[in-house]
Amino acid sequence: MDNLIKATSKTQDLTYELKIQEVMDVNYQIVNSSMTVSSLREVLRKKRILGVPVVDNDELVGIVSIEDFIKCMEQGKLGETVETMMTKDVKTLFADEPLIHAVMKFEEYGFSRFPVISRDTNKLVGIVTKIDIIKGILKKLETVDQHEEERRYRASHIFQDIIADEISIQLKYYVEGRNFDKAGEASTGLKKTLNRLGFPPEIVRRVTISTYEAEINIVSYTEKGEITAYIDSNQVKMLITDKGPGIADINKAMEPGYSTAPGWVRELGFGAGMGLPNIKKFTDKMTLKSTVGKGTRLETVINLNNYRNENK
Amino acid sequence: MNSLKNIVQDLSLKVVSGDIEREVSGGYSSDLLSDVIANAQKDDIWITLQTHVNIVAVANLKELAGIILVNGRQPEDATLNKAKLENILIMLTELPTFEIVGKLYEMGIHGKKRK
Repeated sequence: MDNLIKATSKTQDLTYELKIQEVMDVNYQIVNSSMTVSSLREVLRKKRILGVPVVDNDELVGIVSIEDFIKCMEQGKLGETVETMMTKDVKTLFADEPLIHAVMKFEEYGFSRFPVISRDTNKLVGIVTKIDIIKGILKKLETVDQHEEERRYRASHIFQDIIADEISIQLKYYVEGRNFDKAGEASTGLKKTLNRLGFPPEIVRRVTISTYEAEINIVSYTEKGEITAYIDSNQVKMLITDKGPGIADINKAMEPGYSTAPGWVRELGFGAGMGLPNIKKFTDKMTLKSTVGKGTRLETVINLNNYRNENK
Repeated sequence: MNSLKNIVQDLSLKVVSGDIEREVSGGYSSDLLSDVIANAQKDDIWITLQTHVNIVAVANLKELAGIILVNGRQPEDATLNKAKLENILIMLTELPTFEIVGKLYEMGIHGKKRK
């Protein structure tokens, strides 16, 4: 149980998300306190259970386990009633408590089952065992996975599902200059979208990294700019434009380490003169045009069909 | 692979955001963000003194395992908020970069050799 809960953060989340009522067994067996110990044995045997709550007139009055039964047998008390052998101080859980409470109680008491009580009526509504918890989590994980897959499926088939000779998706992002608090929002938005569309992770990484560098350039040097992604079944083309000061010497700007970044930009860890070289490194094609005083236009292409050869 | 959990425990790092249930494949240390973008590898642990919100974006883009802020530096509020939102692991240490990198190296966290 320990390991299961520690296994993944998703499982951990689920122990907080899921309520006991979602995993508990509602088709549980009960016995009453006047039942004899030998009839109890029949119930446990037939139902293949190791313990059972004791209910009189709709009220939970105790719980008996196979251990209690064995004790009775050793002492030759098979003719006595359940009442004499049951545990009267029953530890219970409320149906609306999160699963983690159950997990904690299992660890605290070492019991193998807990009766579950409704907080409103104070009546027994179910039984929860460690197995119920594991089953409940697994079932939930499965449905979470399914949703994820379905979403991915739908998105990644967009190109096949739409009937047209050519399809392209256009995504546009406006970038605010001089504002490093918002820098990266366009590229992260694009990253999320590409992931949803089901692109290979390597493609997503290359597109977002090159876009991020371009976005940082807009923020560092200009008042505002635009990033547009044109996606079709063959390639992701990015067009990044601004009306900033322009680049005086493009060849020089392409040299790793060359930078004209002002001090405040450098203090934030940018302006290392690697932005444009990085863009070149992560894309298949890069076209940079700039006019001093007018602005800059950067076009990059990442091919989708040969993405496996990315270590070029 | 080293788990972040061991690293956090052994080096007494303070976790301020994100999830330590993850493996680390290597490490990279740099305070230049573009350098990190160019050279850090997926699942690397990144050691830096930068505290600005953009470290979260870089860690996110490069799918880094986590960020260690050195010299007792605290992340800016915006950084912390963003890191929590994006589930990016940020850890703090009082040690300077040289020391923490040395300790990580001793634990078997190595940088990837350049080709």
